Amino acid sequence: MQIVSYIIYLLASVLFIFGIKKLGSPKTARQGNMLSSIGMFLAVVITLFDHMIITYEWIIIGLIVGALIGSTMALKVQMTGMPQMVGLLNGFGGGASALVALGEYFKVDNPAFEINIIITVVLSVLIGAVTFTGSMIAFGKLQGIVTGKVVKYPLQNPINILLFLATLVAGVFLVIDQTHSELLIGIVAVALVLGVLLVLPIGGADMPVAISLLNSYSGIAASMTGFVINNNMLIIAGALVGASGIILTLIMCRGMNRSLMNVVLGGWESAGSSGPAAGDGTQKPHKSIDSEELAMLFDAASSCIIVPGYGMAVAQAQHAIRDLANVLESKGVKVSFAIHPVAGRMPGHMNVLLAEAQVSYDKLFALEDINDDFPNTDIVLVIGANDVVNPAARHDKSSPIFGMPILNVDYSKTVIVNKRSMNVGYAGIDNELFYLDNTLMYFGDAKGAVTKLVNELKEL
Amino acid sequence: MDLLALIMQIYVFVLAIFVGFELITKVPPTLHTPLMSGSNAISGITIVGALIVAGEGQNMLSTILGLLALIFATINVVGGYLVTDRMLKMFKKK
Repeated sequence: MQIVSYIIYLLASVLFIFGIKKLGSPKTARQGNMLSSIGMFLAVVITLFDHMIITYEWIIIGLIVGALIGSTMALKVQMTGMPQMVGLLNGFGGGASALVALGEYFKVDNPAFEINIIITVVLSVLIGAVTFTGSMIAFGKLQGIVTGKVVKYPLQNPINILLFLATLVAGVFLVIDQTHSELLIGIVAVALVLGVLLVLPIGGADMPVAISLLNSYSGIAASMTGFVINNNMLIIAGALVGASGIILTLIMCRGMNRSLMNVVLGGWESAGSSGPAAGDGTQKPHKSIDSEELAMLFDAASSCIIVPGYGMAVAQAQHAIRDLANVLESKGVKVSFAIHPVAGRMPGHMNVLLAEAQVSYDKLFALEDINDDFPNTDIVLVIGANDVVNPAARHDKSSPIFGMPILNVDYSKTVIVNKRSMNVGYAGIDNELFYLDNTLMYFGDAKGAVTKLVNELKEL
Repeated sequence: MDLLALIMQIYVFVLAIFVGFELITKVPPTLHTPLMSGSNAISGITIVGALIVAGEGQNMLSTILGLLALIFATINVVGGYLVTDRMLKMFKKK
């Protein structure tokens, strides 16, 4: 029986790998997710036959309760709320790993584990607990329950380093004398606090990094649990997720031209402000345009690139934008979408929202694939994006976003920027794009403004 | 012996990380959100450990911990796969 379950576990690991491989293309992605879930199903079923399991009542309760909560969440969540959902799931995954390791430790009265087991119990508990509370704070920030601003507290880094070292010291003592269960409880408590303290300073717009990093942690925690229960399948699956989270984290950091340290330690000093740009207080001249003139401008264009940002998600404007793209295409305008890596609150957030609005995925382009097209484009429409299109990132060494890869929208013939007002973006800096000669401001709430534009276009 | 076992586990861990890097760098940015929720569901594999701890019937404390772990992991697995499928269904080419 043991042999059979090992073979099934191997099969499940292979299915996970194939599942992720098939995520390499939108055509096969759904099938890939299916393969991966079959792997999970097989792993669960064969585990139920494990000789160590003697009672099923709690298992049945746990599976039913978990499946009910999980499926309700998955079917109810709105696509704009996907970052919160993934944040929560990261937390549950990390929490589960920590709890399994704790359960393993407490199942005997006089623990005398082999050294590799007890070390990985400590690591699993530590990483899992940090992931749990960290994810809950990330969820709270995205949901608006916890402030999305950069929270600074005194001695932030020394406190965190001290707490982390404390857990390690306690871990070493526990390895030396395993009977001191209070040490493990202490590690849990400190790790839970550490999770809160680590994520609290991260600003709302840096959430793509935080979510990716927590995703990685949840995988590593699962891997550590695999070490604890000596199961290679867990080690493999956890390592795949750990690698995935790290890659996404690095992509996000590169998208902002910031180091991981810089993001984790609390971002830009000025971040989170939304008032008018600080400085001389005088407003530089900008040009604006109304929906009627804009419709005529679009009518005369032959190509258009739409640049969506988080503002589009907030305003729920994705369906209106889809209508705009459709009406433009019916008039013979070529429409594409340019998506900056850090647009939105998690990697790929904009793509999901536009997919939900039934925008064909072959119209969505990543930064490096579309940046050369801007000079040959008649109109660029920027909706709810700000810092990712600020030309200062290219040349202004004093700008906090200097060096960040941006979409070169200013190279196009005309840039239309839809915003509610002239307020600054999350980096708290003014955007020189708004004052360029080829930029026209189109003020209004994204959804309302785009709908108005669509109606004007239909009347032409 | 335990040290040898540990090293064998580390072998598996390190090789799997390399496989992960190779696979995930090939996922296009447009699928990064489903990648995240889908890989999230995979990290729910810890459910295997939860099942054993919840079903071993060792003592009250560890059974409760196992039950909680099982609920968390099941939410992770079921929620993760379902929401990923919901998203991937929407990615269409016209």
